[in-house]
Amino acid sequence: MAPAMAPAVLLRAAVCVTGRFPALAGVDLEVDAGETVVLEGPNGAGKTTLLRLCAGLLPLSGGEAVVLGCDLAGGDRSGLRRRVGMLGHHANLYDDLTVAENVRFALRAAGRPAADADEAMTRLELVGRLRRTAVGRLSAGQRRRVALAVVVARRPELWLLDEPHAGLDRGGRALLGAAVTEAAAAGATVVLASHEPEESLPLADRVVTLAGGRVTGVRAASGPEAVARGGAHVA
Amino acid sequence: MWRDGVLVAGKDLRIEVRSRVVLHQVVPVGVLMLVLFAFALGPATAPMVAAAPGLFWVAVLFTGVLAVQRSAALEGGDGTRDGVRLSGLDPAGVFLGKTAAVTVQLVVLEVVLCAGVVLFYGAHVRSLGTLVASSAAGTVGLAAAGTLYGALAAGLRVRETLLPLLFLPVAAPVLVAGTKAWQSALGTSGVGADDPWLRLLLVFAVVYLALGVVIFGPLQEAP
Repeated sequence: MAPAMAPAVLLRAAVCVTGRFPALAGVDLEVDAGETVVLEGPNGAGKTTLLRLCAGLLPLSGGEAVVLGCDLAGGDRSGLRRRVGMLGHHANLYDDLTVAENVRFALRAAGRPAADADEAMTRLELVGRLRRTAVGRLSAGQRRRVALAVVVARRPELWLLDEPHAGLDRGGRALLGAAVTEAAAAGATVVLASHEPEESLPLADRVVTLAGGRVTGVRAASGPEAVARGGAHVA
Repeated sequence: MWRDGVLVAGKDLRIEVRSRVVLHQVVPVGVLMLVLFAFALGPATAPMVAAAPGLFWVAVLFTGVLAVQRSAALEGGDGTRDGVRLSGLDPAGVFLGKTAAVTVQLVVLEVVLCAGVVLFYGAHVRSLGTLVASSAAGTVGLAAAGTLYGALAAGLRVRETLLPLLFLPVAAPVLVAGTKAWQSALGTSGVGADDPWLRLLLVFAVVYLALGVVIFGPLQEAP
């Protein structure tokens, strides 16, 4: 019998203190490799902190956290970050560089061939003159698409998307949905925090509800995408 | 580390070429300082020549703070700090790349200020070797220390006002040693080219380069 595949994200009573108060106050969560999980919950529930913890951007204050096999309590978080693609509240872009320069820089920094940038930009419909436009001149939605192109181009094993639909128009949301679906189909794990269930639930296998820094509920997603991918796994 | 350094330096310099913040804002501030000092010292040439080395390095130091602040702001803004941490770049490479980019910008600034010292103050260069060697060592030291303290202040809300407070006292040895070396180069003192001030500039540069390579990573991780 083949050994069970290790979960991509394993949190056991994970505590993360930012400032004076714990933003995560004992989170238990297991996300299987290749699974798409949507995090929902009110503002301040700990969704962003959870994503940043999983990206290796925040230190673990207590409990256990293993992401892509990296123990966050003592492991090399820089190695983890190379395997993670995160779309946060901010676009992480340089305003004075063009769209193409931003994407190519991100790829070179990750040690990936810059040629992959063209493919990612084309998929996100960043074509023609738009590629040669400085990011500082773009609208918020266009910047969001550039940031998503960076994530797509890096082909991460774990996608961490924080309110990815924010600022995107209908076309941008469709492109985002297609990118997430394609990544999941290719075996990537996706954890997505969202306040927009109509956009995020069709992408999800499971929905995890957070409140007050704790997981308060886990349920299967009911979207057609989840059904098409063989139903949901509920922890 | 070296590959990442070249990548970061190229990116920072490209951003400067596009934005021209150093060329259009920092360099004019330096020139303005020299002109204002010239007005303050009066029309007599002798006091201006005597003061030229010190005023040059004061101008470099204060305008250098602006260049360092600009460099730190590229990675210290909302989100870009996380972007660098997630990029997979070696922190030591990021430090060396940013130091190299600031060094290039300071060299441009110093060439203009040096011309200003010759034109406005009537200074004559007696030893070009001492002048170039001391400027090069001082510039690398300032860039390395500035990049390091820029990273130290990056995570703080008051970083814009805190950086000069942290950086200027630390850079005092460069001001003193650079001034002494330039006095030698301009012939306003009898100190030789192999004086200890040049060695002090070299030691300062090497110490801050080594320090930056080692602790830039932990600084980036600071909350």
